Order: sequence, then C-alpha cells, then structure tokens
Amino acid sequence: MATRKAASKPNVSAEELKTYYREMLLIRRFEEKAGQLYGMGLIGGFCHLYIGQEAVVVGLEAAAEAGDKRVTSYRDHGHMLACGMDPNGVMAELTGREGGYSKGKGGSMHMFSKEKHFYGGHGIVGAQVPLGAGLAFADKYKDNGRVTFAYFGDGAANQGQVYETFNMAALWKLPCVFVIENNQYAMGTAQQRSTSSAEIYERGMAFGIPGQAVDGMDVLAVKEAGEKAVAHCRSGKGPYILEIKTYRYRGHSMSDPAKYRTREEVQKMRDERDPIEQVRDMLLTGKHATEDDLKAIDKDIKAIVNASAEFAKTSPEPALDELWTDIYAEVSPQEATA
Amino acid sequence: MATEILMPALSPTMEEGTLAKWLVKEGDSVVSGDVIAEIETDKATMEFEAVDEGTIGKILIPEGSEGVKVNTPIAVLLEDGETADDLPQGQPGTPSAAQADAGNKAAAPAASAAPAAPAKAAATGNETAAPETDTTPDWPEGTTMKQQTVREALRDGMAEEMRRDDSVFLMGEEVAEYQGAYKISQGMLDEFGAKRVIDTPITEHGFAGIATGAAFGGLKPIVEFMTFNFAMQAIDHIINSAAKTLYMSGGQMGAPMVFRGPNGAAARVGAQHSQDYAAWYMQIPGLKVAMPYSASDAKGLMKTAIRDPNPVIFLENEILYGRSFDVPDIDDYTVPFGKARIWRTGSDVTLVSFGIGMTYALEAAEKLAEDGIDAEVIDLRTLRPMDTGAIIRSVMKTNRCVTIEEGWPQGSVGGYISSVLMQQAFDYLDAPVINCTGKDVPMPYAANLEKHALLTTDEVVAAAKDITYR
Repeated sequence: MATRKAASKPNVSAEELKTYYREMLLIRRFEEKAGQLYGMGLIGGFCHLYIGQEAVVVGLEAAAEAGDKRVTSYRDHGHMLACGMDPNGVMAELTGREGGYSKGKGGSMHMFSKEKHFYGGHGIVGAQVPLGAGLAFADKYKDNGRVTFAYFGDGAANQGQVYETFNMAALWKLPCVFVIENNQYAMGTAQQRSTSSAEIYERGMAFGIPGQAVDGMDVLAVKEAGEKAVAHCRSGKGPYILEIKTYRYRGHSMSDPAKYRTREEVQKMRDERDPIEQVRDMLLTGKHATEDDLKAIDKDIKAIVNASAEFAKTSPEPALDELWTDIYAEVSPQEATA
Repeated sequence: MATEILMPALSPTMEEGTLAKWLVKEGDSVVSGDVIAEIETDKATMEFEAVDEGTIGKILIPEGSEGVKVNTPIAVLLEDGETADDLPQGQPGTPSAAQADAGNKAAAPAASAAPAAPAKAAATGNETAAPETDTTPDWPEGTTMKQQTVREALRDGMAEEMRRDDSVFLMGEEVAEYQGAYKISQGMLDEFGAKRVIDTPITEHGFAGIATGAAFGGLKPIVEFMTFNFAMQAIDHIINSAAKTLYMSGGQMGAPMVFRGPNGAAARVGAQHSQDYAAWYMQIPGLKVAMPYSASDAKGLMKTAIRDPNPVIFLENEILYGRSFDVPDIDDYTVPFGKARIWRTGSDVTLVSFGIGMTYALEAAEKLAEDGIDAEVIDLRTLRPMDTGAIIRSVMKTNRCVTIEEGWPQGSVGGYISSVLMQQAFDYLDAPVINCTGKDVPMPYAANLEKHALLTTDEVVAAAKDITYR
C-alpha cells in the first residue's frame, strides 16, 4: 500500500496537476489556519475542518462547468474555496466580521455565494440533500442545462429525507449529482456501527439511480467519476450517486478528541493515502515540476492564507443595526400591492 | 318494514350536497354494496352504495337536486314482499326540496355581512375622542361584486399569479390529476400543464425541501400541504431552510415561496388532524403568516403572498372552503399584508380574531348587539406582520378587548395581543384582556366532546359581557 497508485494516470497535463495541487493545498493550509484562529478564540462556536478530504471537492469542481450549482453541509470551507469563493470572505465569516460572506451573521456553517452558485452551508444534517435536488429542479424547469452537486456525509446518508429525495429526483429525472463524502465516521460513530450497507451508493439502486464508489484520496479518480456523473445528469438521464471514500484527519469539530479511532489509523492514512502528497509525487516523479516549483506554490498559498487571516482579524465586527437587517426581503416596487 | 335511505355525509365537513344522479329507479332491487347514486360533495363526486338489500320503493329526492341536507331521506327501500302501496302517505322527507333551499341560504350567513358599508356608517357616529377607525375598504367604491366560495377565490388567486409569472408553480399531494384533495386546484392542471402543477409522492419533508431549494434557485413555488398537520414532517425546511436563509446569507438569497393548505380543526377527524398552527408559525422571524377568513381576503392575500419575496405560511380552513362571500370583480385584486380589516365598528368592546375565529367573533357581535353591547370586530388577516396598531386604536376607543382563536391557550396569538396591549395601551384598558381559545386538550373524536373542545360563540359573548360588566 505504501506505493501510491497515482502514477498510472497518463491523461493529465502538468498544468492540471499543478492546479489540483494548488487548490488542495489552499484548502489544507486554510483549514490549518482556521484551526489556529479557533484556538486563539478568534473563531467561535462550531468549526468543522475539511483536512484530508480535499481531493473530493477539487476533483468534482474540475468536472463542473460554469453555472453549475453546489450545496453542502456544515463542513463547508473546502467547497467554498474550491468553487472560487474569496478566502478573505470565508475566513472573515469564520471570525464573525463585517467582511464575511454573510456579514458575520452566518458563521462557519452558514455561508453562501450567489455569484459562485454556492447555496450553503447548512447546519441540519441531511437538509441540504432535498435543497440540492430543488436547485436541480429549478434548473430543469428553466431547461438551462445546469447540474447541481449535493454533498452529504455518510452520517447524513441515514436521514430519511435523503431517500425521499432520491425517490423524487429519480421520478422527475433531476440533474443532481448526489455526492456522499464518506469519511467513515458520522461524528464519532463508525460506518459499520451506524449503517447497514457497506456500500452506501448501492442504496440508489432501490430508486433506479446509478452510482459508484470512488477513491476519494485520488483527485484524478474523483474528477473522472465526476465527469461521468455530470455527463449522465446533463444528458437528461436523471440523478447519479458518487460515494467518495475519503477520510478526515481532524476531529468531527474542534472539540472532538477523536477517541473512537486510533492515532495509528489516522497516521497510516496520512502516510499512505494523502491526496496532496499523491499529486506532489506525480508532479515530481513525472518531472512535471521541480521541488522549487512546488515550494513557490507553497509560498504563494501561505501568503493567501495569511492575508485571509489578517483580513479576518482586522475586518470590523458587524454594526449593531445589522442585527435587524436581512430578515425579510423587501417587496419590489413593481410587485407592491395597492 | 320500509326503511329510509338518508343523504350521506361523505366528507368530514359536508353538511349538504348535490344528488347528482340516481343509478337505480323505482322498482329496482339492490343488494348491499350496489352503487345507487352519485353525490357531489364540496370536494368530489362520490359513489353512494346501498347498505341493505331490498327494492327501491320510492325516490324522494330527484336527481339534480342541490343543497340536500345530510340525513334528509332521499329514497325508501322496501323489504321482500312489500310494495310501493305499502308506503304510508306523506312520507317524511317529501318536502325536502324546500328544506334544501332553506339550507342553501343558511349556509352562507356571512355573505350578507358586506363589510365596508356598515362600518363606514357606524364610524361617523363615533363619539369618543379615540383615533379614527381605519375602515378604508379594500376596493374602490362602486366596484361590482361577485359571489365566490373561499375555494374558488383561492384557486383564482393562484391561477392569476401563474398566468402573470412563469416562475410560479404549484406542487403537493394530489394537486394535479386529482384536482386537489379539497379541490382547491380544480382545473389548474388543464390550464398550466404537468410542468407547473405537480403531483408529489406522500413525502412532506422531502418535497418541502425540494421546493425550498427551487426557491433558492429562482423559482416561486406554491407548496400545498394536504393539511398543515402533515407540515410538521416538513417544519425543519420551513423554518431552518426557508425562513432563516436570507438572514444567514447576509441578504444574498432567500426563499420566495408559499406554503399553504387547510389548518385547524375540520370536523370529527380527531387529534392528529385538528391543530391550529397560527401561533407556531407566527413566532418565526423570516416567515410571513396569512390566515384569511373571507373569500375576497383569501384571493387578495394569496396574490400578495405569491408576489412576496419571502416565505409565506398561508393558513386556510377546511370548513371555510365552501363558504361564499362577495369578492370584488376587478382585475388584479390584492390585499396588503399587515392591514387588519374592521368588519364592524363599535364602541363597547373590541373583538379581535382571524381565520375561522371570525365566525365566532361576528356571531358574538350580533348577539351582543341584541343586548345593547356595541362590539367592534377586527379581522387581523395576517398574523405576521400583525396590524397591532388597529387593535390598539380600537382599544383606545372601547377600552376592552376579547381575542378569539381556535388554537390552544398557552402561547396563543391572543396571549401575544394581550402583552402588546399591556405594554402599549395599558392606560386605555378598563378590564383585563380575555383570550377565548380552544380548550387545552388534544382534539377528541366524540361529537359531543369535540364540540366542547372547540370555541363557541357563547363563550365569546360571555367573555365580552364579563369585561363590560353586563
């Protein structure tokens, strides 16, 4: 297992590999910084880090087209960075500042970007699944050829509303990729203790939804599967399920001591399967990049992340009257009643 | 012994129906389970089966009769060996065509209570120094009115908005091919097609979530819950997804949509189907809550709800669906949110209600008038935003207030109104505010217990007399 299988992927350009390396590294460094700011008391409440799962969103974003939508749970920082949202705005939301994507009113779990078609950031486990299908419903209604990625975890996969959604998505042929990010632990409960099926994607068979398992530590495998899923959805055949087997290195949230698994288990995963190291190896062994090239990328990323932290510390707290805004959208004048 | 076949009640709220068609004629023999007639209720045409076997001796109510009261004898069934000659003359039930007519009139008492005109007349006779009561009617003077049921008004409101805006669509259980479980969406599938009038599986949590996602994605869904009791399966999406997203996104995106359906007690459907959710939804910032009483408000508020860029809870009532009211016959009739309607002006006590509670409020006002107590009756129409200003202005004049609702007492709409009056009109109150509510029990099934659990007009009258010290 120590030999990483990544080298056997010939159809990828050096530029592509560097892009994935860069995007995954941005998420990793950003999350490490967020963990640090949390420790400093600058970020409060719940904060769920994405470290270890970076290949999932980076691989799938590589399969997406402009205008495609995405929605996810509360472990959402990686998705936001991968779809091109500004690290400053994300970090400032984590610190609850005016410059955050939600002006500090949403926090880590509730962030949105209409511009980047990122529809949250949802704190209720599983709720994002019908919401994602609803976004796909809107696209099908408008017949605009767009596809929605609805991300959820192995824990959310046991919520009833997921299967209510599978049924309707299949019935109505909604262009939705259901992405199960199976990081093997629903908070502290291992999959085999919570889930009757070993392969969660197989549950889609009951609804006639095709799907597959994917190595979520291999960004190229994720991208390839993503392209297949997207093509299926875009061609009007209805939803597709990707069960992406991944692993989170950190605890469920910042306060999780992760006693439900051994240190060795985590270490082994880091040593042998790390998604960023795999791409790094490919770049170096394939002579697509030199150590210096990669160091330059690292430096660049570090600067972006440090700048986001600085922005998040210096952006002012929201004005007190923000408490009372954005509760209701104003009725537009042409819609106003007499 | 000849037995009478009685007009059946074929829905929980049916009081009368149309005997559309006889499928048997006099002299035919029938056995239990034979379909003998087609009867139209306010929701559907139902087949009516014989329960006993025998020969149809006499048909008492001819086919095509409308407004036949439940339990009116409609035919006589003869046992073996009996003939039509055995029937006693002047069989009870023969004059039922006349009865049915009377029933028709009785069914729509509120329709005669045209709101605007009497209110205006009374306001001019007001002698107190309190602020002027705002009785501005919702339509221009001289507007032609037409009689419509609440059911028809709701459908017209939705259909007009769907004609106006392609992004509006209706989804829910049985809304399309079945024409609506309560026939609210009658004809809409034909007009708008299956793309915009969508039957869902029985899966409230799921379709409420999908509709909310569709609203995030730029559509304007109308979600019909067959009843709001079933919306409890979906309440997470209503509150956590639809109501809060605008705030959580810093104003970037919200859910322009309507959640609608019958709310509150119908008749004899027991505890799980008889709950009033007005106070629940009224509590949620981010939601708007409308609860119309009359057909004109049902239509005008529905149109406003669909145009509103926020999630709107639209609480209807099964018992009101079949009631007829005057509806202004004008293009694009809308009713603004947050403006109460004064149904009746008065100087002795303010009766505040909304939705079906208005039935008790208006009846009580009539009874109080007989005893010389002049009640002002306010229909809130929307609970969020709530026109508390109208209540306060009225109480400044009457100095007394009774709230009326079918929901439970603890955490009630009336409780909130009481606290508003305490804080903003304390000096004007000459007596405690009384909250008339449903009883603090799950709804029982037994007819007598159910009646006892619900609010009554007499309770409202008693409360008003209590605080006017009469």
